[in-house]
Amino acid sequence: MRRVVSLFLPNWSTDRIVRKLRQQPDRSAHSAASLAPASAPAPLVTALPDHGRRVVASVDRAARALGIRPGMTLTQARGFAPDLLVIDGDPEEDFEGLKRLALWATRHYSPVAAPDPPDGIWIDITGCAERFGGEAPLIKHLYRRVLASGFTAQIAVADTAGCAHAVARQVPSGRPTIIEPGKARSALAILPVHALRLGPGVADELRRMGFERVEQLMAAARAPLAKRFGLQLHKRLDQALGHLPEPIEPIFAADVPRTRRSLLEPIGTAEAFAHVIGDLTTDLAALLLRAGLGARHLDLYVERVDGHWQAIRVGTAKPSRDPAHLAKLLGQKIDTIEPGMGVEAMTLVSPLTEPLAGAQADALAARRGPDLPALIDALANRFGARHLYQATARSSSMPEREIDLVPPLGRAAPEGWDAALPRPSRMIVPPEKVEVTAMLPDHPPAMFVWRGKRYRVARADGPERLHGEWWQSEGLEVETPLSVRDYFQVETADGGRYWIYRLGDGTQRATGPMSWFIHGAFA
Amino acid sequence: MRQSAVLEQLREQIATIEGSAAPKAVLPFGLESIDARLPGGGLSCAALHELAGSNALADDAAATVFLAGILARTEGPVFWCLRWRDLFAPALDLAGLSPDRVIYVEAGSDVNVLTAMEECLRHSGLGGVVGEVKALSTTASKRLQLAAEKSGVPAFVFRRALPLDAPASGTAAVTRWRLRAHPSEALGIPSLARPRWALALERVRGDEPQLWIVEGCDATGRIALPAELVDRPDRQEAQAAA
Repeated sequence: MRRVVSLFLPNWSTDRIVRKLRQQPDRSAHSAASLAPASAPAPLVTALPDHGRRVVASVDRAARALGIRPGMTLTQARGFAPDLLVIDGDPEEDFEGLKRLALWATRHYSPVAAPDPPDGIWIDITGCAERFGGEAPLIKHLYRRVLASGFTAQIAVADTAGCAHAVARQVPSGRPTIIEPGKARSALAILPVHALRLGPGVADELRRMGFERVEQLMAAARAPLAKRFGLQLHKRLDQALGHLPEPIEPIFAADVPRTRRSLLEPIGTAEAFAHVIGDLTTDLAALLLRAGLGARHLDLYVERVDGHWQAIRVGTAKPSRDPAHLAKLLGQKIDTIEPGMGVEAMTLVSPLTEPLAGAQADALAARRGPDLPALIDALANRFGARHLYQATARSSSMPEREIDLVPPLGRAAPEGWDAALPRPSRMIVPPEKVEVTAMLPDHPPAMFVWRGKRYRVARADGPERLHGEWWQSEGLEVETPLSVRDYFQVETADGGRYWIYRLGDGTQRATGPMSWFIHGAFA
Repeated sequence: MRQSAVLEQLREQIATIEGSAAPKAVLPFGLESIDARLPGGGLSCAALHELAGSNALADDAAATVFLAGILARTEGPVFWCLRWRDLFAPALDLAGLSPDRVIYVEAGSDVNVLTAMEECLRHSGLGGVVGEVKALSTTASKRLQLAAEKSGVPAFVFRRALPLDAPASGTAAVTRWRLRAHPSEALGIPSLARPRWALALERVRGDEPQLWIVEGCDATGRIALPAELVDRPDRQEAQAAA
């Protein structure tokens, strides 16, 4: 199922100006002072010449609140706000900014992103949400990053570009809006007709004819309307509903290594894809060799005859320009390609590269020991890079935080833990509550009941007293800053060794409720 | 020492090129009574081994450390394929398996773990490959055994939470081990002695099942025989316990 994010930046031009002025306060000190966040900011608009007059092109939040709208003349606008700040608009620079924003999105969220001028971008996140743990966290991440950069934003995600576009603009909300898969129709129904990106005047005329909402349009007979307004109207409607494809043609950075193959005949079989991938990786490897680079990320764009673009992203643990290796990584993902009616072109881009020394050095290095980068790439691309890691020591007094997971072949050499402290080989996460018979304050348990089974303790060692790290934001101890855990290593009658702790030091109530937990098993 | 290792490597390479089977490398435990029961005098490297604890977590924990101890004595990176994240890395370090040698693959399901193992076993020069699964089919075990033979990398299938009465399925593993926690020596002070395990070799090509009581891994991954048991004939005890 296709999922498209529409990011709408209602104050794109003015937010950009404010941001620029804040970043260069010396160059236009007086404007910056008046735009300082402390004082109430003066309303800001950009203006563009129009038939010898100057009209408002875009407005900021303050100006919008005063009733100033794009399209007014400046004289009119000054009537609303005498202290109005006017800056010359620059639509080209705005568009360049959108392109940069879309490129940024390709690096962080999905290879398929494109500017949606004048004030938005599109991101096709189909199959990309997994890395963030779902669609909602991905969009939240995007939303926060955009807000943190100083832009007002409205975000919607839906099955189609048209639906996401409409919802992002028509549903003003402090949060991203998610239209669940298959719900595009009902989401569109209640929106006004001009949400459909119609030609100038069409929406006004529809409204004069009594069409207020999209649902009326969906219910109306098509032929008379098509005669009156042309095919554009229903094309937009069908695109928004997903009946007609609306491709997003992704944007590429100008300077990244890129190679493309147009095919004479549309292809659709796995063998044909493998063949083209082989050609593309060979071409790309030659480009990388000339530039002295190795690829860390590869994006393979598959362009269908219906104009739909699909992207496949793979990563490498070490920079590589070995065509066979790159082809193998991409080859593992061939089964995710949806060929539809056929694929007519494929593009291979390496958006992230790193310098890589001469080929001879690579070959020598490869002969020594196993080819770990190749193996790690193969595993990471199959199971997800997040699921491939090494453990390193981290200083923390809570055992569950003594481990840091780092990517394999990371630069920092992992170090060990304190050899004097016994640690279980199997953890119970989260710790489970056990019923314990023990004498307070620091006698080990004599008996415990775990998962309905009774264990008699034959021998024990401890306690090892650990104090909660209430200053750690992810810690459970934030609420109980004085918490103490007393850990005992116990051996049951049959020789099993378990790690059991008491929450609380046995005398002070503030250190914990004296309840017992099992946290792991030793060898 | 170093020179001889290089020569050894060259000899192996020549043997590989000539197609004559290289002398099979083994990993001895360094305990006469155990090594004598294993073909070649140790765990063979280019082979699949199976091990299990039981459905008591402490037994699985013992098997984990036993395995870490074996891998601590190999060279090269170790791939540890998991279904879920309950393995606590500091314990492997305590058994001599340094964290910079271990790469974890959280594969999520039995099928994925076995796939990941096979992928790893295509690469020679690894110290070992571990896969934690619940079930292991004969076909899957044959594929792993073949892959291990080809790359010369020891492969270990760790059957998690395997009940003691689970029917022994026919797998292609060369050896099958079962680890159970065993009461340790009473020191007479409120402290724990070195852990003890009941180490059962449930299956080995060309020999009977065996059982030993051993002391758990030291900091270099070596297990030991308890002092008071060394002189006792272990065969008898094995039969008694089995």
